[in-house]
Amino acid sequence: MAKINVNGKIVEVNADGATPLLWVLREHLELTGTKYGCGVAACGACTVHINGEAQRSCVLPLSAVKSTDRVVTIEGLSEDGSHPVQKAWLDLDVPQCGYCQTGMIMAAAALLAKNPKPTDADIDAEISNICRCGTYQRVRAGIHQAAGRKA
Amino acid sequence: MTKMDNVSRRGFLAGAGAAGLVLGFRVPLGGGGGAALAGAGHTDELSAWVMVRPDEQVVIRIARSEMGQGTLTGLAQLVAEELECDWSRVTTEYVSPTANLKRFGVWKSFQTTGSRGIRTSHDYVREGGAAARDMLIAAAAKGWGVNASECRAAKGVITHGPSGKTTTFGKVAAAAAKLPVPEKVKLKDPKDWTIAGKPMKRLDTADKLTGKQVFGIDVKLPGMVNAAIRQYPLFGAKLKSFDASKAQSMSGVKKVLAVGGNAVAVVADTWWQAKTALDAVDIQWDDGPHAKIDSADIAAMVREGLDAKDAFVGNKVGDAKAAIAKSPKRIEATYSYPFQHHATMEPMNATAVWTPEKCEVWCPTQSAESALQVVAKAAGLDPSFCTIHRMHLGGGFGRRGAGPIHDYATQAVEIAKAMPGTPVKLLWSREEDMTHGAYHPVTQCRLSAGLDENGDITGLHVRISGQSILAGIMPGRLKNGMDIVTFQCLLPKGDHAISYDFPNLLVDHAMRNPHLRPGFWRGVNANHNVIYLESFMDELAKAAGQDPLAFRLKYMAKYPKNQAVLKAVAEKAGWGTPAPKGVFRGLAHCKAFASYVAACAEVSVSDGGMVKIHRIVAATDTGHAVNPQQIEAQVEGSFVYGLSAMLMGECTVKAGRVEQQNFDRYEVMRIKDMPKVETTVMPSGGFWGGVGEPTIAVAAPA
Repeated sequence: MAKINVNGKIVEVNADGATPLLWVLREHLELTGTKYGCGVAACGACTVHINGEAQRSCVLPLSAVKSTDRVVTIEGLSEDGSHPVQKAWLDLDVPQCGYCQTGMIMAAAALLAKNPKPTDADIDAEISNICRCGTYQRVRAGIHQAAGRKA
Repeated sequence: MTKMDNVSRRGFLAGAGAAGLVLGFRVPLGGGGGAALAGAGHTDELSAWVMVRPDEQVVIRIARSEMGQGTLTGLAQLVAEELECDWSRVTTEYVSPTANLKRFGVWKSFQTTGSRGIRTSHDYVREGGAAARDMLIAAAAKGWGVNASECRAAKGVITHGPSGKTTTFGKVAAAAAKLPVPEKVKLKDPKDWTIAGKPMKRLDTADKLTGKQVFGIDVKLPGMVNAAIRQYPLFGAKLKSFDASKAQSMSGVKKVLAVGGNAVAVVADTWWQAKTALDAVDIQWDDGPHAKIDSADIAAMVREGLDAKDAFVGNKVGDAKAAIAKSPKRIEATYSYPFQHHATMEPMNATAVWTPEKCEVWCPTQSAESALQVVAKAAGLDPSFCTIHRMHLGGGFGRRGAGPIHDYATQAVEIAKAMPGTPVKLLWSREEDMTHGAYHPVTQCRLSAGLDENGDITGLHVRISGQSILAGIMPGRLKNGMDIVTFQCLLPKGDHAISYDFPNLLVDHAMRNPHLRPGFWRGVNANHNVIYLESFMDELAKAAGQDPLAFRLKYMAKYPKNQAVLKAVAEKAGWGTPAPKGVFRGLAHCKAFASYVAACAEVSVSDGGMVKIHRIVAATDTGHAVNPQQIEAQVEGSFVYGLSAMLMGECTVKAGRVEQQNFDRYEVMRIKDMPKVETTVMPSGGFWGGVGEPTIAVAAPA
């Protein structure tokens, strides 16, 4: 029985230590906002924060998550969708199908946490999540808008 | 059967079936009809498209699927416009294909492909809104004892002009629901629109920002188990045998079974357990007839068609071959377009629960009616005993469109049949998804043209060789063997007409079908045909020593709407003025899915031959534009999809197998690759064009 800290709560998980964190979140903790897209850390749909850093949970085994690590999922980013990134996304109608957007939002929020005023080049370097609907132009605008709000 | 009569009659009013059947028809409530049917017997349904609750909430029914393209919001805007309701009180619900069957097709088509969600249903959904409005007004007038013609509705409030009395939709909704649905309604002139035609925010955004949005992959039912599947390693392969002895004893595993003669599934408590156990199943395959085919073999097979004597003729004006032969200057170019995968971000999945009496399936589909038929067949039940619970799609792009490629739904039912009463969620891994697609067909195209002394085109021959989607998945729709879809954007007339007049023209198709399953794909044949034609127009302009814009316009005299979008992008992009150093401009335009689109791109090529796209100026004339900001979003997205295919993605074949198994090898555009897109939405009115796909066609050639 592993103990992990998810969204500020210590939870016990009865899963094999090799189980990726993504599937622990989705299948054991019913936190399905974190998405499966590739399973090989190539698409970013599974992005969560671990100790404030964006990480791809699909390749991170449960055994590698320490009980002192703070895991934050989209469900824990804010209580009511009021994180500046979520607000900017709502304002600009960023999502299309929306499937990749929870991972995209988590990646954007982590970027802004360490770089409150990212340039376009910073965004290009840090945001590598795949969106097949092609929302990138609004994602970029959303990050800039959220950066403005934070300031 | 008073109420039932009313319900069924409404079905016919909306334009389905023969009225003679009405009296004998009963709605079998409780037969698995889902939310729509539940609503149908309630007093708050007005027309089939609208329910109004006593608390003023307006529920607008949606038949088409939402997969990101914004159709759900656009359709709701059209209904709300005629209804004259308060937009802030609007919610939506999907209607069920089973309920549609039982109500004789009251909601008409659910098909959400070919950019048709709005352009083929705008009239009857608006009529549904208008009918409901008239019923609400009639109920209010009746209550007041006044003439309905003296009353009007706006923002959910009904006002009696002469007295100034007011009431609200919610207060009269129950009385209105008892009234007959009017047979004739008057639709508003689009110039008077206040909700439609405006850049309203999408109705489905909030839950997509918090993780609350439930996609098919997120479905959770009491007692549900999870299935992982390994399918045929190449198209045409069959399952020979499998040894599950090791897998069966692994943690959480419930069952290991063969599916459909060409796959093995493991069912376990969690999907991760199922997938882990599946990796431990030793499977033997019969590779079938295609195991020695590589990409080079397919390319050679398609290339042979470029010179083949026999070909289907899609468009013919005069005698192009003769005109080219006697021209002083002859130009020729050959292009090709590879297999592409849809690569929806949400992999294929479906959740099914089956008993001998009924079957319920939760799945993302672009065609809920096709899904129902597919599920009923797999379940061995009449469709009236089956239910499709419709989910928002995590991407569609055609992969979840045609009935014959709902293989994931069939498999889920087959697995569920082995465990009666237990809900089973089947999820394909990304690797299974990538290698069992319905691929953008592979084609090559040779264009030959003659130029006269003035640099004018004497004749053009467009020879397409390659795969037919219809032959691959819907052979019944071939006409005397010919696949009309192959000629998108090169046809003599219609939604996909060629937008040039040439003195002599021949467009023909030598069908060559490799073994990979083809499928409709965002913009599909429009996509490569416009790349072929517009790239060649640039070649011809160069050979003629003429400006590519002026050269095109010479042949576009009869196509003012194409001219308008093309000139708009040229002007906005600064065509004719010097581009930044090292940057080149390109143009393209077409008519596709009944819309007129154009693009002008600014690109540079690095020393290493890498193409970098800096800026794209796009213009779209959809006739009526229901939501301009969502049209912009679709145009922006189209460039991502089209350019991913043009510059990055390609599915190659080795030993009959698709080589790219995941996003690490099937590269697609990311934010760093995204050019700046400036979109002009310029609706000229008078027609309804599609939005999701047309721009794909001009993305790459520009």
